[in-house]
Amino acid sequence: MNRILLASLSMWRREVVRFYRDRSRVIGGLVPPIMFWFFIGSGLSGSFSVGDGPSALNYRQYFFPGTLVLIFLFTAVFSTISIIEDRKEGFLQSVLVAPVPRIAIVLGKLFGSASLAFLQGVPFLLAAPFIGLNLHAGSFLVSLLVLFGVAFSLAGVGFVIAWQLDSTQGFHAIMNMGLIPLWLMSGALFPIHNLPGWLAAVVSVNPLTYCVAALQYELFPAGSMPNLPPMWLCLSAIAGFCAMMLGVAVLVTQRGEK
Amino acid sequence: MIAVETRDIRYTYPANKKSKGGMALKGINLLVPKGEIFGFLGPNGSGKTTLFKILSTLIQPTDGIASILGHDLSRNTDAVRELIGVVFQNPSLDKKLTVAENLTYHGHIYGLWGRELRKRVDGQMERFGLAARRDELVERLSGGYRRRVELAKGLIHTPQLLILDEPSTGLDPVARRELWDTLAMLKKKNGITVLVTTHLGEEGDRCDCVAIMNDGMVVASGTPDALKAEIGGDVITVHSDAPETLIAQIRDKFGIHPLLVDGALRIEIMRGHEFIPQIVEAFPGQVRSVSLGKPTLEDVFIHRTGKTLWMRGEEAEMVEGRVGH
Repeated sequence: MNRILLASLSMWRREVVRFYRDRSRVIGGLVPPIMFWFFIGSGLSGSFSVGDGPSALNYRQYFFPGTLVLIFLFTAVFSTISIIEDRKEGFLQSVLVAPVPRIAIVLGKLFGSASLAFLQGVPFLLAAPFIGLNLHAGSFLVSLLVLFGVAFSLAGVGFVIAWQLDSTQGFHAIMNMGLIPLWLMSGALFPIHNLPGWLAAVVSVNPLTYCVAALQYELFPAGSMPNLPPMWLCLSAIAGFCAMMLGVAVLVTQRGEK
Repeated sequence: MIAVETRDIRYTYPANKKSKGGMALKGINLLVPKGEIFGFLGPNGSGKTTLFKILSTLIQPTDGIASILGHDLSRNTDAVRELIGVVFQNPSLDKKLTVAENLTYHGHIYGLWGRELRKRVDGQMERFGLAARRDELVERLSGGYRRRVELAKGLIHTPQLLILDEPSTGLDPVARRELWDTLAMLKKKNGITVLVTTHLGEEGDRCDCVAIMNDGMVVASGTPDALKAEIGGDVITVHSDAPETLIAQIRDKFGIHPLLVDGALRIEIMRGHEFIPQIVEAFPGQVRSVSLGKPTLEDVFIHRTGKTLWMRGEEAEMVEGRVGH
């Protein structure tokens, strides 16, 4: 069997097995975003709605795709934190002296993180029909694809940061400072049309914007969000972000050798 | 046949926010024949762990060349990696996985799978007495068992060279002896070459050849017997309440030069048993205790560097605390 494939598969399986054995992590990554969604969504439902007429959305509906992205973001990013310890005293040490290309380590980890995010986030996605959002086979599949992109690329961000740190405290600080603003400025909390110029600029270069927009396309009733970027742009932006983070992660693991 | 050869290996730590950098290795030349147990003996900070990292392909030397089993370490890294098994000082086991899973996943990394891998995993578990624990989580195992799993893991791809960094850290005396018996067996039965770092003189005694390291350099190397023969005679250790005065007095009266090591006087001398009564009688009341011994590798280290292998104060307590568990 191909060595890269075998090594990646093994690393991936290890992530899933570890996750399954450590169930407290399931609660940690899932409950905060859902509480966010429920309280903020319910609180703002009375005063906030998007669009008008029959396709108008209440805030709990509007906030749903953003919450999905947040769940995937949290799980994927924080599952990479284990790299910090794993490299100094753990399994990764012995992988680093094995004759296996670094891309196998990266792929195993990113697919592993994406799988954990799926295990946590997909049940929430399945709740969409119960709050009046669209979820038929087609929109479900496209949503899964988009969410995979979210998890894979953000796990890449986590990987790159974790690889270069030697303490987990630093990781939390960097992630909260970097990722929460990224998420806030993605259309997750408020619609992205009619924003002040500087904010519109940030939003348009933020890869999460395209993730949230793609989910809004799929889950919201047609025509309720007239000003979203086109779907082809969303999907290409997500794919590009994934490829970029994969490349950067491989480069980071190769640094210091050769 | 030569297993490891290095020429003028140097390593300089880059300066960063936490340290101003510095030279950890200052030109290491080694020649290790195949089938030997070769020890690097030195205190913490002597550079032996840096050398371990270089020889195990974890870091590249700043300067110099090294070859392992005929392959250049820098240019042919993957070929070297196929041939070496590495056992780290910090555990490299996944504690949330079982013994069998740790070995299996490690085998996958080396391209092993299916029936062949299962056979090897079973074989290693048999060899190290782990068969009854195959499905136990590593976090539930004792230190001695964990070290056995580490060894089994390092051998799963049948390497020709095994590199171990302070492998007896955290092991009790029984487990430590077991570990060294295993290394001797691997050498004898499988012809494996073993490189091992240690800060314990008695572990050096179990090697075929020892390189004594201090401050990034090899200060002496040879068989343990040859190294000890350099000192010749006996080593007398004298504890005193005023060691400096006693040194001066001994020097004046007998014309020999005791060393002050860790607050005690150390005298290398032939026929030590005859000298002891002379000191005790010449300086009544000044000698608190006195002991006589044949030179050990620790004595060789002291002889060469004027320092002990052990750290003092807090650091030493920390290490002892860890060993005690």
